[in-house]
Amino acid sequence: VWIPAPTFPTPKERKMAAGHPEIYPLVLTTQTQELFKCQIDEDVTDEQPYKLIKKEDIFADFRNRAAVSDFYPVKKVIQEYPGDELLVVYDKDFKYGHNFYLIGTEEGKENYLNAPELPEEQEEYKEYIPEDIYVYKPPISKPWVSLGSEKEIEEESVKESTKQITYMISRKRNEFGAPIKFSDQNASSVKDAYIECTAYPDHHFTLKQLEKDVGMQVIPKVKDISTQTRWTYPKNATTQYYPRELSEEEKETFEQSKPLSDFLNNTSINVEIALQQNEIMNTFIDDWKCLAEEESTFGDKTDTHLKEYQSFTDLHSLTEKMVTSVSWHPTVYGLIAVSVAVRLSFEERVHFSGKLLLQPSLILFWSFSDPIHPQLMLESPDDIFCFKFCPSDPNIIAGGCINGQIVMWDISAHADRIENIKTGGSRSKKVTLKPMFLLEPDSNKEATYIRHCAVSSIESGHKKVITDIHWLPDTFEINRLGAVFENRNGICCQLVTCSADCTVCFWDIRPQKSLTPQPIEKKKEEHIEIPLDVPSTFLHLDLSWKPLTKLRLSKGETSLDHCPTKISLSEDDLLYNTQDKILTQSKAVNAEEINPYHNLEAGLANQLKPIEDFCTKFFAGTEEGGVIYTDWKMERDPETGRLMTKKPVSLYTVHDGAVHTVQRSPFYKDIILTIGGWNVAIWKEGVMIGPLLQSSCAPKRYTAGHWSLTRPGVFYVGREDGYIDIWDLLEKTHEPALSQSICITMITYIKPWTFSAKQQFIAIGDYYGTLHILEIPWTLSHPSTNEVSSMNHYFEREVKHLEYVEQRKKIREQEKKEMELELEKKKVKTYQKSKEQLEAELKMDYESYLELEKSILINLGFIKVRETMSFLDL
Amino acid sequence: MLGLGLPQRPPLVEETLKRIQSHKGVIGTMVVNAEGIPIRTTLDNSTTVQYAGLLHQLTMKARSTVRDIDPQNDLTFLRIRSKKHEIMVAPDKEYLLIVIQNPCE
Repeated sequence: VWIPAPTFPTPKERKMAAGHPEIYPLVLTTQTQELFKCQIDEDVTDEQPYKLIKKEDIFADFRNRAAVSDFYPVKKVIQEYPGDELLVVYDKDFKYGHNFYLIGTEEGKENYLNAPELPEEQEEYKEYIPEDIYVYKPPISKPWVSLGSEKEIEEESVKESTKQITYMISRKRNEFGAPIKFSDQNASSVKDAYIECTAYPDHHFTLKQLEKDVGMQVIPKVKDISTQTRWTYPKNATTQYYPRELSEEEKETFEQSKPLSDFLNNTSINVEIALQQNEIMNTFIDDWKCLAEEESTFGDKTDTHLKEYQSFTDLHSLTEKMVTSVSWHPTVYGLIAVSVAVRLSFEERVHFSGKLLLQPSLILFWSFSDPIHPQLMLESPDDIFCFKFCPSDPNIIAGGCINGQIVMWDISAHADRIENIKTGGSRSKKVTLKPMFLLEPDSNKEATYIRHCAVSSIESGHKKVITDIHWLPDTFEINRLGAVFENRNGICCQLVTCSADCTVCFWDIRPQKSLTPQPIEKKKEEHIEIPLDVPSTFLHLDLSWKPLTKLRLSKGETSLDHCPTKISLSEDDLLYNTQDKILTQSKAVNAEEINPYHNLEAGLANQLKPIEDFCTKFFAGTEEGGVIYTDWKMERDPETGRLMTKKPVSLYTVHDGAVHTVQRSPFYKDIILTIGGWNVAIWKEGVMIGPLLQSSCAPKRYTAGHWSLTRPGVFYVGREDGYIDIWDLLEKTHEPALSQSICITMITYIKPWTFSAKQQFIAIGDYYGTLHILEIPWTLSHPSTNEVSSMNHYFEREVKHLEYVEQRKKIREQEKKEMELELEKKKVKTYQKSKEQLEAELKMDYESYLELEKSILINLGFIKVRETMSFLDL
Repeated sequence: MLGLGLPQRPPLVEETLKRIQSHKGVIGTMVVNAEGIPIRTTLDNSTTVQYAGLLHQLTMKARSTVRDIDPQNDLTFLRIRSKKHEIMVAPDKEYLLIVIQNPCE
């Protein structure tokens, strides 16, 4: 019989047993089971897994089988067991390691036996209690049963292995708080002041770390990689494409197709409705907005007067002068040039000619920053009556002299000085007016005399005073015949002048190649020394300058010729200042590199493209008050073969005195303003019937005038009593809108100028030589909305009115003729009555008379009426 | 039917286009096919090509917008009003009729 050796229970089982010390697991063999009648599934079942076994039986077994007995391992427990019966429980699940276990204490036995009863009772009890009510059972404190955890705590806890050393330091009580004196001393100087504990390697204490406590954590795998990108420089990339188009045949096939015609039929209805909607009314107009004028205004709206800003007078001149022409510098702010002339009549000039020669005739440059001293003074051989800045280069100035010469200045050398003038309203109080005799010539350092660099030839130029000078715009140039060619230079290189000798001359400032032999001879003869500070820009022109073409404005063979006072070409771009400022500045920048004016020879080109359809006609005002519209193109006389000026297209005499202003409107290229004598006239180019507007005679003579630069319907007229009349054609057309007194004497020149949208000035020169600068108020400088179109409408209406008047004239003439014819016809009719008619009439009269006579006689009873005869009569 | 010479456009198409062009303020008229290629125009070539391409795309976009909102719906007419002109586009399955008008007098 092989008896299994009692196996030692596993550690887990041991632990379980350790928790319950009264339980002793046993292996009971079948033999033992039979003996004690605790056979599995027979005596010991699931319902009753325990069996009470008497102690004596176990002892009997011990005597019988000794060590072989299954109870042998627990013999001691059984011997010590107090009770008589021992409880052996069948461990079906091998909870304690073996198939049976013995409960070694009475107490445990009692517990085991009694315990199953309680849960049964509790289960039954629980069935009656509804599950909602949860009865709170406070935890009952039980004595702590050690399960072995305190050993772990003891192992892990840290305890001091050695006892800590304690030091106690004491000091005398009265030494606390005593003043302490600290001092420095070098430790190495005093012996034994310090004790060193140098470090040395001690082999006894080298420790080799054998154990290391390290915490570990698993993390996802991380990888760091970097790479260098290849930098390519940025390049321009373009794509060129062309649109897809259908060929002609394809288009034809499309148009043939029925779907297209169906489509068009269907959609054209909608489209036409939409088109008509737009024609009927513009639904997107905001009437409220259109009604209101611009609200953002600067300054007072009610302020309509010109405000005095500054005035300039040349106090150093000896004779009395008058202002002849005024021009604002195109680019520099606040710089204005004035030409003055001595106000003497011709005889007086001749009389005082000696005295006049000593005084230089000047063009003065005034700046806003200095009212006393002029910035520059341009010297000329004689009084200048008109001058203009070159639009392409503001450093070139051309002026017309009283003796018929054109004078040219080049102030490029002083351009920096002018541009850097401090402009500002503050006038330094240091500048005081000193009397003439105290003023030394050296103190007047600011003003420099600049000599002219060229004058035109005396013989071949004008013979009398030059009344008007203009630069031709840089878009075209003309040749000897007056034909127009394109200008490749991009600069203004030609001038036009008109003079009192009844001619209009065109000049070219470039050197004339064909005339090279002559000037050399002239120079040898005259040998004039030119001062060093004069620029040589126009040296080729000096004293040898001849006009390109000369036009004579002749009235015909018999009477005197027309004497032009002012001319106006079709393109006069000097008025368009603010818009073209940018253009001129950019041009000036280009010119800095190679100033075309210093290199004029390069500008001559032989083959130039002629411009077609160019209007070569211009307006000129005459001294008699007439306005001529004529052509500058020369034509060949068929008889003599010489070049002749064409006859003027039209001539009107509307003014009572010399016409001093002929000006195109800055807004409309074909509206011209002419002022002369006592009235004003406005013309439209192309309308030959007459002026659009002709004002009635003013109380005082008009002596100067100019269009407003920003408002299309406004122009300024100066009078001989120092008043300025401001006309606003949208307000009143029969009289000026405003009249303001400027000075006490005759106004000779008016020139407005715009610096910015807010600042607009008007320069007025008077007969006493004073230049007044006034500021134009907002109302006069700012146009209202639609002003341009309103003025356009006005002019169109006037044109229509004129045409209507013409028509009416014709109709009236027609009517007049008809009326006369009628009268004629009536007179003839009376004589046409024939003699027979007369006789017949007479006869009838006679017969009626006879009858009358008879009837009267019968009534009176003188004639008896027979009955038979009455029948016959009937 | 071969020897009839040059094919004639159906007079109705010509008439309709002329009628539309003669309305007051009309600057130009053009007929464009489904791909945006102009078939018939009264303006110069470069302008036509530009208008056709741009307006074709815009019409497609407008049509898709209308249909996205409501698939049962479809674009019948497109009018674009700008400061200077009004552009009217009448779309169809295969063609596009574009008219440019200046509504202000």
